[in-house]
Formats: sequence, structure tokens, C-alpha cells
Amino acid sequence: MAHNAYLMPMRPEDLLVPTPSGVCCKPGGFYIDPTRPVDKALITHGHSDHARAGHGQVLATQETLDIMRLRYGEDFAGSTQAIRYGETLTINGVNITFHPAGHVLGSAQIAVERQGCRIVASGDYKDVPDPTCTPFELVKCDVFITEATFGLPVFRHPDPEEEIAKLLHSVSLFPERAHLVGAYSLGKAQRVMALIRKAGYREPIYLHGAMETLSRYYLEKGIDLGELVLVREKKKAELAGTITLCPPSALKEVWSRRFPDPVTCYASGWMRVRARARQSLVQLPLVVSDHADWDGLRATVIATEASEVWVTHGQEDALVHWCGTKGLKARPLDIVGYGDEDETDGVSDQGEAGNPA
Amino acid sequence: MNRFAELLDRLAYEPGRNNKLRLITDYLRHTTDPERGYALAALTGSLSFQYAKPGMIRGLITERADPVLFALSRDFVGDTSETIALMWPVPDARPNYIPSITDVVTSLNTLGKSQLPAQIARWLDALDETGRWALLKLVTGALRVGVSARLAKTAAAALGDKDVHDIELMWSGLEPPYEDLFAWLEGRGDKPSTRDPAPFRPAMLAHAIEDSDFEKLDPSDFIAEWKWDGIRVQASAGVNEQGERVVRMYSRTGEEISKSFPDLLESLNFNGSLDGELLVLRDQRVQSFNVLQQRLNRKAVTPKLLLEYPAHLRAYDLLVDGDEDLRELPFEERRKRLADFIARHPHPRLDLSPVVSFTAWPELAAARADPASAGASEDANAVEGIMLKRKDAPYLPGRPKGLWWKWKRDPLTVDAVLMYAQRGSGKRSSYYSDYTFGVWSEVDGAETLVPVGKAYFGFTDEELLQIDKFVRTNTVERFGPVRAVKFGPDEGLVLEVAFEGLQRSTRHKSGLAMRFPRISRLRWDKPPREADRLETLEKMLDGIEHNRSALHTTAT
Repeated sequence: MAHNAYLMPMRPEDLLVPTPSGVCCKPGGFYIDPTRPVDKALITHGHSDHARAGHGQVLATQETLDIMRLRYGEDFAGSTQAIRYGETLTINGVNITFHPAGHVLGSAQIAVERQGCRIVASGDYKDVPDPTCTPFELVKCDVFITEATFGLPVFRHPDPEEEIAKLLHSVSLFPERAHLVGAYSLGKAQRVMALIRKAGYREPIYLHGAMETLSRYYLEKGIDLGELVLVREKKKAELAGTITLCPPSALKEVWSRRFPDPVTCYASGWMRVRARARQSLVQLPLVVSDHADWDGLRATVIATEASEVWVTHGQEDALVHWCGTKGLKARPLDIVGYGDEDETDGVSDQGEAGNPA
Repeated sequence: MNRFAELLDRLAYEPGRNNKLRLITDYLRHTTDPERGYALAALTGSLSFQYAKPGMIRGLITERADPVLFALSRDFVGDTSETIALMWPVPDARPNYIPSITDVVTSLNTLGKSQLPAQIARWLDALDETGRWALLKLVTGALRVGVSARLAKTAAAALGDKDVHDIELMWSGLEPPYEDLFAWLEGRGDKPSTRDPAPFRPAMLAHAIEDSDFEKLDPSDFIAEWKWDGIRVQASAGVNEQGERVVRMYSRTGEEISKSFPDLLESLNFNGSLDGELLVLRDQRVQSFNVLQQRLNRKAVTPKLLLEYPAHLRAYDLLVDGDEDLRELPFEERRKRLADFIARHPHPRLDLSPVVSFTAWPELAAARADPASAGASEDANAVEGIMLKRKDAPYLPGRPKGLWWKWKRDPLTVDAVLMYAQRGSGKRSSYYSDYTFGVWSEVDGAETLVPVGKAYFGFTDEELLQIDKFVRTNTVERFGPVRAVKFGPDEGLVLEVAFEGLQRSTRHKSGLAMRFPRISRLRWDKPPREADRLETLEKMLDGIEHNRSALHTTAT
């Protein structure tokens, strides 16, 4: 890494400081994914635990800015600036580059570099193919800031196409029932739809109202999800044999009573663990995740060649322990407010319509 | 193995009986012999091999995983077997075959104990997460996916549109992988013959009688008996082709329960098949269900248990006498044959269930209200009502209409206050349909509601909607799928809870447990402060333990 010969390389702690409300770059005067309003924020992706409304200036990819606008309204920030993947900006002498994170549409890892020290804040990421977003790009660095949502050896995500095959088999086995698939409304839902199409399913896919705006946005961005129909336009009997995507919280709401004998499904990495799946009371858990699994986290950490690893959220103990066994310096960041987006899906308990059909 | 694993996985999450049937039938239809036969054997609990011990399985993972990571994972997952299935380190050179259930079953039958760990490890190497989970269930002998033997057989019968009763009849003469059974079901072969000298014969069941039914019935067409509060069993015995005696006990659904009652098997020195009630008798007196439960709760059948809880068979029907099948005969005739049969095979652990004589319904109603004075005397504790059987009724499988009636004693009831509600599953997953309720008690000087039970049926669909609405609008706290609702002396919902009995329990904070609690009425009219007190339940329990008859008159 190039740095000025007359300066000592910068210490990582002087470039980025973890604070309870997010990672702060003091020399650059900005935060990354702050959990409370700040003057200048760099946002990795549009999930609500990372992208919050009310910041002064926001720097993010165009897609992330669009998604924030769709979710929070036009005045979600004082001002905004879009940055492309691979583009470098300099903020108060700190170089900033956004790289694809493979998590959801527009998601980015943010490389922060000054005086020969490069830190990559990866946000949420996954290192497997996803037809709905740009693939993850590996960035070598001195310090890698990683999530650990699925940071336990029990999490090795299966091939998502096999999970979708289970869903389609069930649809053919129970043609008189409706299949309701709970999926987070940004990213997961669209990925599940794209996978259903990839498996050759040609019927319309039905949507809960809360899925509409973001799915339309994906369509505008040229991602093919096939024919989408709003479920509220349909009668109960017409929904037999169909597939409907809805926010996970809607599965337990009175809203779900409009379907004929629904088979409740839930697409989430958490479905790998039976106690979690049982607690959600679904009948068909689908293990589909937009986060790196245990193997993905470990492979990525090694490939970045980072000598130091900071772990933001999830099962940080296990990943920190594993880094230790590999001779890597690692520590948890203890940032309050990041978590599983499935559990912070912004849909009220009453659902879209409130009353059973 | 993969398809079987997928089936188990799906069954584990599917609550609906018909949906489970459809899943199993679909699997059996699309799987070849002998694989599906071993799968059916696994589902019906008919496999017998040396099961792997949990400790051995744990040993396999500790050789292969970082102990800190295993401990963190085990904590998160909550189940050792599942943790191992999920975190099993897959070797770089993965075996290029996937073991079938047939491989697993046949290997487990022949392998020595010392070879077992290495073999299980090789299978785990070859399978994926769900496959490993299913394998560990199979080799430890605990499937636990909510499928009874009866349900699995019903699913098999559906393959050929056959009656499950036929499968029950031939079942104990069949051996995994049941190729002859599948050939018959699919119309490719003859019906397998029954060589079993002591098969299960599908039980005849009764309908609950309603007040309005009596006017349509003539008392002189019926014989009445006590309805005993034990467990319904069928005892079959005979001699096989090798000249050996075979004696078996079955539950009402055809599960073989012989191993749990060795003391009773010895007393069955006849050839034939009896239908009756399994009871615990001490000094000739029938003990209450609470006492029988003590025996049923124990896994190990120890000499001490046999001595303290001696099992007894009280017979009320004779299905087969020697080689003669009596099921076509009218009940009145079968009862005469039964009395004669028991006289020919006397044994202290076997007797005849007495008839309750009556000429008119009011007389029978009086006997039901006070069995002690109507002939049951000190056995009244174990009477849970009256059975009415038509004199001319043949013995038919299932629950035929109008032949057998059960007339249970009135249930006990209390008014309790709704405290917590949990969402149901399947069709009920958008409804708060499981209710925890409590009664008043003084705790540390303050009036407090103590939970005394949980119920998830008894209400109508309309009432479910009303309670669901109450729960949603009166939630004060949420814990996962559970909500705490508002309750106090002046706010909350009073539920009339009906139940069949009470037991002391150390597992419940209130110190007692209800038998078959259900919601019998919603008491919107009743202020929670007027709900019952724990002392009322304690008095009922004392009554049950001393004299049940008195209880029914005082508690209601």
C-alpha cells in the first residue's frame, strides 16, 4: 500500500473509531451507517438498521439513496450525493471508495484509506451469487470490519435453488392451498421471486401491499421478476394454488386469513435452526439468507489479508474466537442497533388491511 | 436418505393430520422398494437395532470441532444432536455416495458396537444438514416428528385406496421392508396372509351421547356398563406355527404395549382376543386414574413398580374365542360368551366388567350421578361415566353411529381469568388460540392470580374470534408468540374451564395439574374478582383423593 515515506502509517484507531452509534471517521468528519442522526453519513445499504432518516448529508450508491427516498420520503436527509462502485472521493484528506457487497440492490462495502492504512467497512454482505444485485467484490485491506449475523459453525446456508424447489414441490402437492412466503421486503423478497422464476415458475406472483413499492423499483432497475399482482385485488378462492410474498410479520396477522388454508413459509437464514423456525410457527421454513454464512465469513476474512478484524454485530464471540485461532487480531465493536432485519421489518402488527377478508 | 430426511423435516413442522398423510403418501408413492419399506418401519417404530447412545454421538463431534465453537453453537441451537448435524465438518473429499435408509438399517443390524462410531461418522460425512439431522434421529431411535404408527399405516393404505384396518390386522405378521404389503397396495400382488396368532383387531369406539338422544332410544335395546377411567386395551394370545405361545397387548390405536405390562401378560393364559380396560387394583379395589398415571409415567418397568402398581384387565368384550371370530355376533351374545370365557380362564388379574342394571333412563341417570350406590361401591373412584351398548350391535371397527354411546359424568368446572395467550400453528397461526388461565390466591399477603392450566380447545369458531380480538386489543407484553393480556380484579376475561380431573404436580407453581382442560364458556358477564380461588381447586383435589362421588355434588 502506498503511503508517504515521511509519515508513520496511520493507526487504524485514529482513522476509524467505533462508537455506540456507529463507526466514526474523525479525520474525515463522517460516520458509517450511524444509528442516530449525524451531520455526515456514509450508508452501506438500504436496510432500516443501517440506513436511517434524519442525517445532514448522505453519501451512498444511487440505488441506496433511491431506496431510502422510497422508504422515508423525499426529505429523508438534508442533502445527498451518489457514488458509483469503484469511484473514489476524498473527504478531508480521507479517500473513500464504494465496492459491491452482494447483499441487496445497491449494497456496498466502504473502503476508507489514509496514509497507508486501509479499512474496509463491509456492512452486510454475502459472497454467493444473487440475480438481484451486483456480486460481492473482495477488497484487500489492513482492517476488515465484518458482520457476524450467521457467525457460528452451525450456519452453512444450503443452495437456495434447492430451497425454492421445496417450495414449488409443496405448491404442486397442495394445489388447493395458498402458499404464503414471509420474506424481508427489501432484497430477500425480490431474490426469492427471481429464484422462483429461475426455477421455471411462470404463474403470477402475488404481493402483500408492503412489498409493492420496492418490488416495482427492482423492476424499474431492469431486474426480471415476472408478473406481479397485488393480493388485495383477489378473492379468497382465487388464491388457491398461488404463491404470495409478504413481510414475515404478516404471517401471524389477521391479514393471512384471506388465504385458503395457507401453508406458511419463511425465507430466512434463521430457519436453519429448528427452535427458531418452530418459534415462528411456520410450516415450511426456507433457508435462504442474504448474509455470508460461517464458511463465507471465514473465507472472506482470510482473503482480505487483513491483519485485524473488527466484528460489528451478530454472533461476534464465535468469529472473534476463530480469528484468534488463526493468529488474527480481532475484537467485537459493540454497536447498538444493528441486527437482524427480519426482526426490524417496519410493518405494524395490524398489517396492511387490518381486517380478515 | 435425502428424500426421507426431507419428509421428516416437513412432517416436523406440519401440524395438520391430513397434510401429514398427504406428505407421507406422496413419499411412499415416489420411493422404490426396499427404501420406502424401511422408511415405513422407521415411522411406525418397527425397527429394532442397537441404537446409538447420545454420548457416543457427542464423542464424534468433540474429536472434530473446536470445543469453544461447539459450546457456543450448542447454546444457540439448544439441542446437541441438531448442533452436531449442523456443524459437522464436511471433509474436502466428500464420499461420492449417499447412504440409503436400507444401508443404514441393514448395517446397524449387523455391525458390532465398536464399529458403530466410525460407520456413523462416514454417513455424516456423506450427508447434508437435513440428512445428518434425520440420520441422527434414526440411529438414536427418536424420530419425534408427530406421526403415530397408525397415521403412517393410514398413509400407506391410501396408496391403494385400502382400509387401514386391513393393514392393522396383518401388521404384526409383516416384516420390514414390507414388499408384499406394497405389492398388494399397488395391485401387483395378493393380500399378505396373516400368520400372526395374536394380531391387533381395530377397536370399536363410542359416540358421546347428548341429552336429546335419549328420547330417540329405547332403554330395553341397551346394556349399560361402567365406563372405567383407565386405558383401553386389547389383549390377544395364541399359538404360532412353531407351537410357541404369543401374547400381546395393544393400545386402542394398535400400538403394541406388551413390554410395559409383563405382569399382566402372564395372566393371559387363553387363546383369543379380549377388549377391556387396563386398571391398577390394590386389595381388589380399582385405583383412580391418578394412580394408574404414576405407573404410566415411568419408563423403566422395575419389580418395585410392578409390586406397587399391579396391572389388571377388566374385560368387556370378546372378539375371538380360540379360532372363532365372534365379531359378527350381537353384543348380548358376545357378553354371554365373555362371561363363560373368563370363567374358563380364571386369574386374579382378569375379571368381567359388571353390567349396570336399569329399566328406564332416570334410573341410569341416578347410577351415573352416584356410581357408589349403584353397585360400583368403592370402585366408584375409577368410574368416569356409563357406556351404553346396543344388544344387537356387532363389533365394528371405528366409530359406527348409534351402536355404542358414552355418557360421561359431568366435568368439573372453575371460573378462571385469562392471563396469557399464544398463537396456534397451522390453520390457527394467525389466531391466539392457546390460553393460560389463573385463579386467585393470596401470595405474600396480596391477592394474586396464579396460573393453573392451559387450554386450546372447547370454544366455537365464533368464540375464538372474540377471544383473539380481546387478546389483540388487551396485550400488555409480548414474548415471542406469547402475549400477556390485561388482568386484575376489575379488568380481564373470565373463562369457564371444564376438566376431567386434578392431580398434584410439582411442575406447576400452583401445585396441581388439570386433566383435559378446555374452555366451556366465555364469561364476559363476570368480573374477574369473582373468579374462583385456588382453595376451591384444592378442595376438589381432596375430594378426588378421598371420595369422588361427594365431589361432584359439592363442587358444581
